Amino acid sequence: MDRRDSLKSLLVGSVAGGLLVTGCSPEVAAAAADGVAATEGGTPEITDLPGYGRTEAEKAHDRKVLAQVYLNEHELETIAVLCDIILPPMGELGGANDAEVPAFIEFLVKDMPHYQLPMRGGLAWLDNHSNKLHNLEFKKLTVVQQKAICDTIAFPGKTLPELMAGEKFFTLIRNIVLSGYYTTKMGVEALGYKGNTPNVWDGVPQDELDKHGLAYDPDWLAQCVDQSKRTEIAQWDDEGNLLNG
Amino acid sequence: MQIIESAKTFDVAIVGSGAGGGMATKILSEAGFDVAVLEAGPFFDPAQDQYRNQLRGPWESPRRGASSDRRSFGDFDAAYGGWNLEGEPFTKHEGTNFAWFRSRMLGGRTNHWGRISLRFGPLDFKRKSFDGLGDNWPIGYDDVKPYYDKVDKLIGVFGTKENIPNEPDGFFLPPPKPRLHELYYVKAARKAGVPVIPSRLSILTKRINNQRGSCFYCGQCNRACSAYADFSAGTCLIFPAQRNGGRVQLFTEAMVSEVTTNKEGKATGVTYINKADRKAYHLKAKVVILAASACSTARIMLNSKSSVHQDGLGNSSGLVGKYLHDSTGASRSVFIPKLMDRKIYNEDGVGGMHVYTPWWLNDKKLDFPRGYHIEVWGGMGMPSYGFGFNPNSLNKIIGEDIGGYGDSLRTDIRKYYGSVMGISGRGESIPQKDNYCEIDNDVVDQWGIPVLKFHYKWTKYEVLQAKHMQDTFEEILDATGGILLGDKPGEDRDFGLTQPGEIIHEVGTTRMGDDPQTSVTNRHNQLHDCENVFVMDAGPFVSQADKNPTWTILALAWRASDYLVDQVKKGNL
Repeated sequence: MDRRDSLKSLLVGSVAGGLLVTGCSPEVAAAAADGVAATEGGTPEITDLPGYGRTEAEKAHDRKVLAQVYLNEHELETIAVLCDIILPPMGELGGANDAEVPAFIEFLVKDMPHYQLPMRGGLAWLDNHSNKLHNLEFKKLTVVQQKAICDTIAFPGKTLPELMAGEKFFTLIRNIVLSGYYTTKMGVEALGYKGNTPNVWDGVPQDELDKHGLAYDPDWLAQCVDQSKRTEIAQWDDEGNLLNG
Repeated sequence: MQIIESAKTFDVAIVGSGAGGGMATKILSEAGFDVAVLEAGPFFDPAQDQYRNQLRGPWESPRRGASSDRRSFGDFDAAYGGWNLEGEPFTKHEGTNFAWFRSRMLGGRTNHWGRISLRFGPLDFKRKSFDGLGDNWPIGYDDVKPYYDKVDKLIGVFGTKENIPNEPDGFFLPPPKPRLHELYYVKAARKAGVPVIPSRLSILTKRINNQRGSCFYCGQCNRACSAYADFSAGTCLIFPAQRNGGRVQLFTEAMVSEVTTNKEGKATGVTYINKADRKAYHLKAKVVILAASACSTARIMLNSKSSVHQDGLGNSSGLVGKYLHDSTGASRSVFIPKLMDRKIYNEDGVGGMHVYTPWWLNDKKLDFPRGYHIEVWGGMGMPSYGFGFNPNSLNKIIGEDIGGYGDSLRTDIRKYYGSVMGISGRGESIPQKDNYCEIDNDVVDQWGIPVLKFHYKWTKYEVLQAKHMQDTFEEILDATGGILLGDKPGEDRDFGLTQPGEIIHEVGTTRMGDDPQTSVTNRHNQLHDCENVFVMDAGPFVSQADKNPTWTILALAWRASDYLVDQVKKGNL
């Protein structure tokens, strides 16, 4: 897979999640469906993301970011190796690579440029360190060797002074991998978050109250909304007493 | 460049479409006036999918909801802009600080605010009589009460009748039941002798008419509600005004630079830059209402100089921009081990807290004046950018390794999800003449309009209030049985007091009073110096109480609009 293809595959169905192009020729639309719209110069030009309530200025910013390339193929492959170490699949649950976290990281470092140097430099530190120990880049080590290195930089408070740069990098990428994962549909399901959907809140489940030794104060509860009447139009008397609570 | 004149003369030009401008639009258009509304940002309607932030998953944002210069409170927050607006800077006097949150869009900041809707109480209008500091308002609670009542019924607010002297009851919808962490707060606060009551938020737990839906408990009011089940000025005031057949013409992307006046000093309309073509327009109006937010209104007035109004419109007292004041703020959080490995269920609830603590020590002698209320946060929220950072830093507290990789991270994330609760104080500061905004003659924005320069410093009163907050927070959070997070901020950090402006309750720049020498507006929000100009944002506030300003902006704007109608009927305007 060449660099362009690999970036293309990262973008298709990940950051872009189904790129959208508005009012254009079938050729452009077909190219856009590929994730990349061909332009005269042959350089990839990314079209609009699916709408998510953006202003024009925000759309322009996203377009600008998506048209850039920052991480190279080697860096993305190393990130993918780290994704597997930091958050591998577990049972039924997909891992960070299944959730296309490397593509998220590529977007993030372009969108928040303060990440660029720590990310690039940290990945390079990891290769330098790996070369020193094994005369091989990190991604080419065996999993056992990779984990042995991680063991020396993944536990803040236990790191040797000369490996502190590694600890800093590992902390950074662990944060971003986890955040990238738990903000995907897969990650939200893995966490078990149940909201973000129309529903009717009617208090803490009784078994949960019991477990915590808590109870609703009956006087307080008596004033709370009767959810069976939530769609009725409120009516009050002149003193502000609700007549149809 | 020639200013392009409007062909017609409107009865009223309203500058700003937030709480005050929205209310004026509704009342005046329904009174039969021909109204122009000028908004510096774009149109916004959360019911239309192209503007919708609500019910989007974090993955729909490529930055997973992170904040940016384009949206300070994150990708899904409804407020466009925030702490910085591109091409529209402001400056600060050396050694002073002010954070200024601006949202340029139809409805302004009402699209994303916390919906905390508290009436000022009798004491809040007359604090000087109580502690000798600042000034009394020229009006009292009885003047505003009928309007608070009307606002409650028009817009909707949930709460409970509590008969607390300075926390007036209203026409309330029933509140939602507390969440689990809120029950922890209730229990702990009561143990610490601090009262807790149901929140008072302008969110519809029941319908109030057939145009707006009732809350469906997604907890995302800050994203603006597609069912119009929470208050924002566009959905609850301006759109209804248009639907009711009122003559309302919206001018979006219209950046007002000046109020124009004739040689008698009377307002003739406003000049604005149309952001779409960058040209200057003059809109003629018989009456001008400024509701651009306290500081933006002061800026327009100070930039409106003429032979009659040499120091700026309405500024013969020299007080336009002075007495700028914001709420105080401080916070603390706690890790509650009993909330580890929680049962997961949907507890989104309404957008914001279901319980809160109103100020409870009016009768007590303390080493600072005024008071604060306490807000509560926590629970099992939707992940967004930043979720998973330092996933197991709390391991330190329970004596386990932090960091690591692999499956243990999943376990740790799940273990701590929803186990941290926080509380925040929001308090009343003492207005100071020396805290102000003025025109910075050296700097213009991209529209060529001179910008504001801020001068703001807290006094010892606010710092001592923050100290009291921290002591109280510690007592309450200790009583949860949890472990407090972070160090208690000490004197070296002003006890964690937020920077001026950060709570986004800035008020007072055109304060009202009966004496034109010590106030800018009269008791009807009308300029002493120019009878056909009114200020209907939070500029006329003499003091801000520890209450969020919106409900009082709405009540005063309605009251001032009624007065305006009456004055026109009597031929005085």
